[in-house]
Amino acid sequence: MPPPLLHLSAIGKSFGPNRVLDGVSLDLRAGEVHVLAGENGAGKSTLIKILAGIHADYDGRVELAGRAVRFATPLAANRAGIAVIHQELSLVDTMSVADNLFLGREPARIGGWWLDRPAQRRRALELCRQLDLELSAEDLARPVGDFPLSAKNRIEIAKALSQEARILAMDEPTSALNGPEVKRLFALMETLKRQGCGILYITHRMEEIYRVADRITVLRDGRWVGTARAADCPEPRLIQWMIGRELADYIPPRSGPARGGEQRPRLAVRGFGVPSPDPARPAAVRGFSVEVRPGEIVGLAGLQGAGCSELFQGLFGAYGRVCTGEVWIDGEPFVPSDPRHSIRRGLAYLTADRKGSGLVAGMSVAANISLASLPRVSPAGVLRAGVERERAGRQATALDVRLASLDQAVGTLSGGNQQKVVLAKWLETEPRVLLLEEPTRGVDVGAKHEIYALMRRWAADGMALLLISTEMPELLRLSDRILVLHRGGITGSFGRGEATPEKILAAAMGAAAGRPEAGPPPPAADALRVWPLACPAFP
Amino acid sequence: MSTARRWFEHSGTRALLALGFVLALGLVFNAGGAFFHWSTHRDMLRQVSVDGILACGMTLVIVTGGIDLAVGSILGLCAVLFALVSLHGGYAAPVAIGAVLLAGAGAGLLSGGLVARFRIQPFIATLAMMVFARGAAKWLSGGEKISQAVQAPDGSFAYVKLPAIFRAIDARVWGGNIAVVTLIFLACAAVTWLVLARLRYGRYLYATGGNEEAARLSGVPVLRAKLLAYGLSGAFSAVAGICQAAQEQQGDPEAGAGYELTAIAIVVLGGNSLMGGRGGMGLTLLGAMTIGYLEKILSINAVGDSSRLMLTGLIVVAAVLLQRRRAG
Repeated sequence: MPPPLLHLSAIGKSFGPNRVLDGVSLDLRAGEVHVLAGENGAGKSTLIKILAGIHADYDGRVELAGRAVRFATPLAANRAGIAVIHQELSLVDTMSVADNLFLGREPARIGGWWLDRPAQRRRALELCRQLDLELSAEDLARPVGDFPLSAKNRIEIAKALSQEARILAMDEPTSALNGPEVKRLFALMETLKRQGCGILYITHRMEEIYRVADRITVLRDGRWVGTARAADCPEPRLIQWMIGRELADYIPPRSGPARGGEQRPRLAVRGFGVPSPDPARPAAVRGFSVEVRPGEIVGLAGLQGAGCSELFQGLFGAYGRVCTGEVWIDGEPFVPSDPRHSIRRGLAYLTADRKGSGLVAGMSVAANISLASLPRVSPAGVLRAGVERERAGRQATALDVRLASLDQAVGTLSGGNQQKVVLAKWLETEPRVLLLEEPTRGVDVGAKHEIYALMRRWAADGMALLLISTEMPELLRLSDRILVLHRGGITGSFGRGEATPEKILAAAMGAAAGRPEAGPPPPAADALRVWPLACPAFP
Repeated sequence: MSTARRWFEHSGTRALLALGFVLALGLVFNAGGAFFHWSTHRDMLRQVSVDGILACGMTLVIVTGGIDLAVGSILGLCAVLFALVSLHGGYAAPVAIGAVLLAGAGAGLLSGGLVARFRIQPFIATLAMMVFARGAAKWLSGGEKISQAVQAPDGSFAYVKLPAIFRAIDARVWGGNIAVVTLIFLACAAVTWLVLARLRYGRYLYATGGNEEAARLSGVPVLRAKLLAYGLSGAFSAVAGICQAAQEQQGDPEAGAGYELTAIAIVVLGGNSLMGGRGGMGLTLLGAMTIGYLEKILSINAVGDSSRLMLTGLIVVAAVLLQRRRAG
């Protein structure tokens, strides 16, 4: 038997006194997808970074096809045929798509001193054709920062694949992708497997693990827990491996019937529209209406660019006073104009991009929790440190944020705990309406479970919740009703019990609500050809 | 001990390290024992005060992730204004001081408005203000120093009496040991510390510098926070301008040229991040001491002007590198 593509033995890594990896070994064979599973902070990303040449200082051995290697730089790892797609994208926003695709290995002449821009353009176009990325020559010349997160993710994948890597490491590549996009990615992975690549894959989505994995390795607290063939490792066992205990129920079913049928709606929206930043394009959201009563969770589904996120931002006033239509909060008219005003009226908006627009990473946990409710802890403008710590501490305890100290910089917490800090920040504003966009993105299984329970509790306390989620099980189990958006308009509305993944997907793709599906979903290979980039994000 | 506290103490330690490095230079090159005289340290404090006052405002702006290049020019403009109003105009000290503070704050608010409202990059907006304010200073003064000598229309000179406020600011108290300008510097530092560490708006400044989008979506009045930072920076520049005018007993339209760079060097040597979102007045104080001692040690060793500039450049780099290696 030939040696495996990649063999890691007894890998260890410390950051100061913290031992984040200890004695981890694993094999990656040609033509397999090897899923690396574990809670946040288990050491998966660190392992990938060692492989990528980002951490050159580690213990243990890395062998490529039987040959011991040690990468000092990402470029060295690249040259050895390892391509990595990181959780945090490694694209330069200000540079064009084509420049990004070939960053570090630009086509050049005259001994590498003169950039060969025509050759780069040609090769970029060819790459897009091979990978069925629908990017025009103009798109390739636009800066990456113009594209929404999902498109950036695809550009990142294209960049990795263009390196003709034999070993592909993917750290949550689907976290910003929607259903069909994920399918396309998986189809691509199948192709790569057939070509003899080995793929190391990190994900937090249970259903994804079983869709892609040939083998699974679980890490916990930086140590190896087990490796098994996917078929031999059923979900309960996997979860037990990951968290060291069994979860009774992954998503708790709602207890009791839906509440508040006759109550006045907490949030009422009629004919709401959000204009597109580009007047030439159709509005981002058109004629959106909903009523959410106290205790209700209304789910919103839609493909990338359908307008879900824009709807939340418009309602929250993040775009300013540009939206059309009518909104009432507890029966009182409300005009979205600016986040400050919205917060005062009882709205809270958890964004999908925790790092970009949720947290101030360099500030302490206490300061982050009080950020949206500072007047409460600073009467007459003077901060009362004692009051702030007490309130923040109470929230942190209520949400079970695991931290060393309230003074700890929030950037040092794990993803799940960071998310709880953002939630704590919003709860401190005592909101009546919670707009939650991907509340469990980049959050480990244990913390997900806790966030679900919290959402249920807030609903029971009388808040109205609107939930955007690309995770179908989450959306289906948590929502009392699900509205589906397609190109800015509602194309489906399903009550609890009527909604199925198939119906939601059909509506999201523009099929009329309630109509039976016209046929089977298009095959993956076909879908691969349609990979449009959504419109640029709002400035 | 908590991580955040350890970090802060860590960056304080780093700033102390740079200061220690400069002091060690002083011990070695003590100019025949001159470094051990109390008067050397006393003079250092006095000489660094004007730059220190500018660094207070610079700290506020840098915490928001910006930069204020206009502080030196606003100093010059305000020195001229103060001399015009007080020396030539003969207005009472409180009126003159009030008017000059308003002018400085106004200039700061104007750059702040360009940055916050019109989203011009701080470097560009304050560069424009730097040029504009220098021009305004020259225009108001007719390009001449505003001194006690007043030229009459017939070309003869008359001398006006120096107002008491000039002498008061240039005086020393406590047996001649502490200069009034040093006390003014410490008062400005106290105000800055109060804003950053104790006021709600201080938190707004940190949040704006740390993650502007997250701050905005959390209801932080980002626009007003920036206006406050630049406005206070302008007001501090005015304070520095008054001090400078009092020390020189005249309003020089060229006063303060290049001071913005010293103020930035003070903030950076203290270990504040130019990226914004972190740092504080304590660090800036350490940075001010470091720069102050550096200049003083070079001057007591009678290092010539050209060598002094080159050595300053080298030592600043050495001190910053020293901080970083220890931090790593």
